Amino acid sequence: MSTAAPTPLQPSDERVILGREITGPTAIGSDPRRFWHLAWVLATTEFKLRFFGSVLGYFWQLMRPLMLFAIIYAVFVGILDTGGDQPLFGVALLLGIVVFQFFADATMGSVRSLVNRENLVRKIDFPRAAVPLSCVLQALFNLALNMVPVFIFLIAAGGSLYLRWLEFPLIVAMLVVFVTGLSLLLSALYVSFRDIEPIWEVISQALFYGTPILYSLSVVVDNIGLTAAQIMLANPLAAAIQQLRHAIIDPSYQSPGQIFGSTAGDLIPIGISVATFVIGALYFRRVAPLIAERL
Amino acid sequence: MLCEHKAMPDTSHPAHAVVVSGVSKTFRIPKEQVSTLKERAVHPLRRSAVRELAALHSVSFDVAKGGFFGIVGRNGSGKSTLLKCLAGIYATDSGSIHIDGRVSTFIELGVGFNPDLAARDNITLNAAMLGLSRREARRRFDAVIDFAELREFTELKLKNYSSGMMVRLAFAVMIEIDADVLLIDEILAVGDAAFQQKCADEFRKIRESNRTVLLVTHDMGAVQRFCDEAILLEHGHLTASGDPQSVADRYLDLNFSQAAREQESLGSGAKLTSASLGDGRAVIERVWFELPGDTAPTSLPNGISTTFAMQVRFTASVKDPIFSVALHNAGGIALFHPSSVAVRRPSGTFEAGETAVWKITFDNILGPDRYTLTPAVMLEDGALLALREKLTTVVVTRSTPTGALVDIPFEQAIERIVSASIEEEISR
Repeated sequence: MSTAAPTPLQPSDERVILGREITGPTAIGSDPRRFWHLAWVLATTEFKLRFFGSVLGYFWQLMRPLMLFAIIYAVFVGILDTGGDQPLFGVALLLGIVVFQFFADATMGSVRSLVNRENLVRKIDFPRAAVPLSCVLQALFNLALNMVPVFIFLIAAGGSLYLRWLEFPLIVAMLVVFVTGLSLLLSALYVSFRDIEPIWEVISQALFYGTPILYSLSVVVDNIGLTAAQIMLANPLAAAIQQLRHAIIDPSYQSPGQIFGSTAGDLIPIGISVATFVIGALYFRRVAPLIAERL
Repeated sequence: MLCEHKAMPDTSHPAHAVVVSGVSKTFRIPKEQVSTLKERAVHPLRRSAVRELAALHSVSFDVAKGGFFGIVGRNGSGKSTLLKCLAGIYATDSGSIHIDGRVSTFIELGVGFNPDLAARDNITLNAAMLGLSRREARRRFDAVIDFAELREFTELKLKNYSSGMMVRLAFAVMIEIDADVLLIDEILAVGDAAFQQKCADEFRKIRESNRTVLLVTHDMGAVQRFCDEAILLEHGHLTASGDPQSVADRYLDLNFSQAAREQESLGSGAKLTSASLGDGRAVIERVWFELPGDTAPTSLPNGISTTFAMQVRFTASVKDPIFSVALHNAGGIALFHPSSVAVRRPSGTFEAGETAVWKITFDNILGPDRYTLTPAVMLEDGALLALREKLTTVVVTRSTPTGALVDIPFEQAIERIVSASIEEEISR
């Protein structure tokens, strides 16, 4: 017990063991396993809330993309015929919508995620990046659920099972890297700039139409040109959807590799994904210690 | 030195649980809230003016392992900021903080509880936030549920819990953690008396379990009851440290001198601002205290004879007025309510324009605290002539370290009783 001192105590120098230094909050924390565990628990509890809150929770989760699909199918395939002569375009359309839904869920969900959890951020020291990451995980759970009807429709419409289906996890992995980078960036930016949300809404909307979801890429190649298709596929979201259509639905959907002229072309969307991730992670890491006081 | 048993830290290893050296923290608050990208884009060169708010200035202290350490200060003195820096919620600008062992922070009871989730999920979530592994979390779950006595309600959503159950759960979550260092912010202030009692009991257990606790509080009673050591923060500076008694006295002095300055600025206490009740036949002009040899004390040390005086001017002819004053402590409890009616002697008739001074002298046995004074003048039939509610405050200092509301003087005797059987044997 130190004695009463009239002036502030000075920590004496003879002490050798000081223990852990407290440096403030970080993005990931010191233990990656705990970080992952936290993100997982955050995601699963939110997911439970969504689905066990109402009996029809899962039903509505499925209905959202299916309803959108029904409308779009009627307008774009039935009336405008945007699929060209591509086989199984209905299923390709549904796949595109489901993947875009994942992208939108993850990014739109993470924009406000840190601010929504203000109460936790200001009162507990935990790895901050777990919050946006949990949004990506949650969107991934939804994607898994939404892929069920896609495969059912595919089999029902006469699609066949290819070995190429094994590409599915790899493509999704690339997309997850891209989306995680965006989520980290957006959630950290929103802390300082509150107009990120409407801005991102507009950008997402533009991406929805600027990605071959409603229309087939072959229509772009035929009507505008190969270069336009190549520019489009630099977007990892578009590349992922196109590669998924190629791998899962029918090989006649040209893969990004075919559009770029060589498999090396795949490196462009992959590179952009990785770059987005690195930028997002670096920015988040810089902002992480200050989130609590800037909210 | 303290009234309670305290497990002594192992003196062969005089290690410290917490070492804080030269910690400073400044908040930069933009004067104009530029929080949109649009603003940035429209005025890319305008540097937003920033107001710097220095919350902590080079604060240094250390806490021995197993110590119970108090951090006290007025609102805005930086004590909560310090706790958040210790908890790793805020990054410090300079200086270093070292903590030996696992830290657990309680800034609020039940932080992060989601009312739509069952207790089980909330406990799991809470464990994950605190950085526990799955295995630790499972083990802790049972301990929490048992402590809260909510075994039958683990699947019930929190929104369906009664407030009592909720508090029990929140408290169990806080207590059942295997931390070496606990950082606690003012939780004693919440809950009903029974809950506060439970808190106090748990604090005692924590003290005995040789864990280290840092407690941020306004409650000088808690500081004196629990803490081995305390520091006082004033505007981010550490201005006192050492034994809790002296720090608590210093804190009360500080509060009082602040109050005194405020009152002086109003005009030497003559102009009184509190709401004036009564029919106006009497006006309370001034109240003051006197101590032996000191007619204008700034605070009242307890244990000595103290005089209270009140000056009243009458605006109408009044027969046998009754003077009284009520002293309420900071918790709002009336501890002393002397009145001239108790004297059983008519005070006489006062004419309009006459001024009277009522003085009472008492042995000040009040515990150290801030007291609010409510003087009044009334008649025997209950007519209220003048009443000034919460007219002013006075601080009583330098108590015996009991933490009790009052320090009643006593005499003691210890007598040895010779057992009856022995007596019989002797008589045989």
